[in-house]
Amino acid sequence: MLTDEERKEIREEIKLYPYVEAVCIDALKIVQDHRGWISDEAVNDIASELEMSPAEVDSIATFYTRIYRKPVGRNIILVCEGISCMIMGYESVYEKISGKLNVKFGETTPDGRFTLLPVSCLGDCDHAPALMINNDHYNDLTHDTIDEILAKYR
Amino acid sequence: METPLTQYIKPGTPPPGIKEYERTGGYDGVQRALKEMKPAEITALVKSSGLTGRGGAGFPTGMKWSFVPEKTEVKGFKYLVTNADEMEPGTFKDRYLLEGNPHQLIAGMIIASYAIQAQKSYIFIRWAYKKAEIIIRKAIAEAYEAGYLGENILGTGYNLDLYIHSSAGRYICGEETALLNSLEGKRGIPRTKPPFPAVSGLFGRPTIVNNVETLCWIPHIVAKGSDWFRQLSLTGEGGTKLYGVSGRVKSPGLWELPMGTSLREIIYDHAGGMQDGYKLRGVIPGGASTDFMTENHLDTKMDFESVRSTGSRLGTGTMIILDDKTCPVAFIRNMIKFFADESCGWCTPCREGLPWAVKLLDSFEKGTAKEEDIGILEFLSRYMAPGNTFCAHAPGAVEPLQSGLRYFRKDFLRHIEEKHCPWK
Repeated sequence: MLTDEERKEIREEIKLYPYVEAVCIDALKIVQDHRGWISDEAVNDIASELEMSPAEVDSIATFYTRIYRKPVGRNIILVCEGISCMIMGYESVYEKISGKLNVKFGETTPDGRFTLLPVSCLGDCDHAPALMINNDHYNDLTHDTIDEILAKYR
Repeated sequence: METPLTQYIKPGTPPPGIKEYERTGGYDGVQRALKEMKPAEITALVKSSGLTGRGGAGFPTGMKWSFVPEKTEVKGFKYLVTNADEMEPGTFKDRYLLEGNPHQLIAGMIIASYAIQAQKSYIFIRWAYKKAEIIIRKAIAEAYEAGYLGENILGTGYNLDLYIHSSAGRYICGEETALLNSLEGKRGIPRTKPPFPAVSGLFGRPTIVNNVETLCWIPHIVAKGSDWFRQLSLTGEGGTKLYGVSGRVKSPGLWELPMGTSLREIIYDHAGGMQDGYKLRGVIPGGASTDFMTENHLDTKMDFESVRSTGSRLGTGTMIILDDKTCPVAFIRNMIKFFADESCGWCTPCREGLPWAVKLLDSFEKGTAKEEDIGILEFLSRYMAPGNTFCAHAPGAVEPLQSGLRYFRKDFLRHIEEKHCPWK
C-alpha cells in the first residue's frame, strides 16, 4: 500500500497532466525517494493507484536508468564514464573508489553505506573527471579529493 | 561584442531573481509580444531573424512554429515543451543557461507559447541537473506571482500554465518524440514521423519542442528585432552561439561568441590551446554524435552550414578534443558504447548494430582484431545510416565511427599489426 504521504505527492503530480497514467514516471520517482528503490511491492502499489497493470508499470520502471529495481545503499555513487571524463582519467577515479570501498560497479558495500554505479554522462564535461553522490555533483576529481568527498556520506 | 544570452550570468553567484531580471528589461519582450503583437506576427519575426534550433539539428525555429495548425477539429490544448534533457556527451551549455538565468528561459517560453497559442507548457529537464531544477521551480513560482503565468496574463486574456518534469534518465529522451512519450509517462521510445509533433505531439495535440538555448533567444529577438539578431553573427546565420570545449585544453569551458567564430579561435584563444605535452589530433565539434574534424579544419567558421561543408555537423557546438596521448580507437569505443547502452532497443539496426560495433572496437583494444574487422565497422556505419533506422540515434552514433575510420585508419591498423593497443 502506498503511504499517505506518497499518495499525496502523486496526486499533486496528477494535477499537471490530463490523465493519471502520465504520472507513472513521477510516481516511481516519488516512491523511490521514500523507499530507496522500487520493489515488486512498490510496482504493485503504483499500478493499483494509477489503475495500470503491474506489467505496464514495470516496463516503464525498467526502461529508466535512474529507477532502481534492486536494493541500493544509503548513498549512490555515480561515476561518469562519458568521453570527456574518459580523456581526463575516469578509470583512476573508479579504481580509487572501488579499491577503497572494495566494491565493483553494481555492488553495494556490506554495511549498506554506498552503492557504486556507472553513469553515461553528467554534463560536467568542462570539469572532468566527475561523479555524483545522491544529488551532489563533484568535479575535477583527484585521488585526494575523493577521500574527502566519500567521508561526507554516512 | 554583445553576449545577450549570458550577460547577466555570473557563475558562483545566485541567478537574477524576477525583480532583477525585470530591471534588465528581461520581461519587456513578454509585455511587447502579448500586448502589441499578434501570434502570427511573432512567428513571422522569428522566421525573419533566421533563428535556428540550438539543440543540434539547426532547423529554422520560426518555420517549425508555423507548422502548428491555427485551429484543430477536436477541441483541446496546444503545448510548448522545452527540451532541457541535455545528455549529449561533451555538452553542458543548456545547464549554464538554466542555472544562470532561469527567467530568460521562462520569458522565452511565454512568448513562444503565445505565438503558437499553447495553453500548457512543460520543461523536460535532465535528471542530473538537480540544482537547475530547484532554480527553475523557484523562478516559475515567481513568474506566477508576478502575473506572467496563470490566467489572464498581464490583463490580455491569455492563459498559460508552466510545469517542470524531471527525467528518470535515458539519453534517447532528448529525441523529441521519445521525449513526448516520456512526458506522457511511457517508455521513452521514438515515434513514427509523420505525423510531426507540430500536428500531433503531446497527448496527441499540436506541440512544439524547442531547445533551451533556442527559447532563450525569443525575448531578445522580440525586444530588439531580427536585424539586430542577424548582425550579431559573423556569417549568414544569425545570433551568437554558446561554444564549449572539453578535453586536454588549458582552460575547458563555455563561451558565448558570435555565430561563425572559427574553430581555431575557440580552441586556442578561448580554451587556451592544448595543455603542455599534448597535441591536438581531432575535434568532435558538437557532442558525441558528430563526425570528427581535424587540424585541417581549424579555420572553419563554426556555423551550421560551414561545419556541414567539412562533412560534420555543428550539433550542440560543445567540442570534445582528441589529443595524441588518448587512443583514437578507445575514444571512439567510449562513444559507441555510450550509444549502445542508451539505445532504446526499438529497432534492430540500432539495438544489434551498436553492441556489435562495441565488440569489434574492444577486439582492437585487446589486439585480437583482424584487418577485415575494419570492413565490418565500415559496413555497420552504412547499415545504421539515416533511412535504415527508426530515429536519428544510430545514424548520429556512427558519425564519429565512420569519420574516425577515415581519419585514424593508420591507428586502427597499428592495433592489428602490433596485436595490442599502442597507447597502453
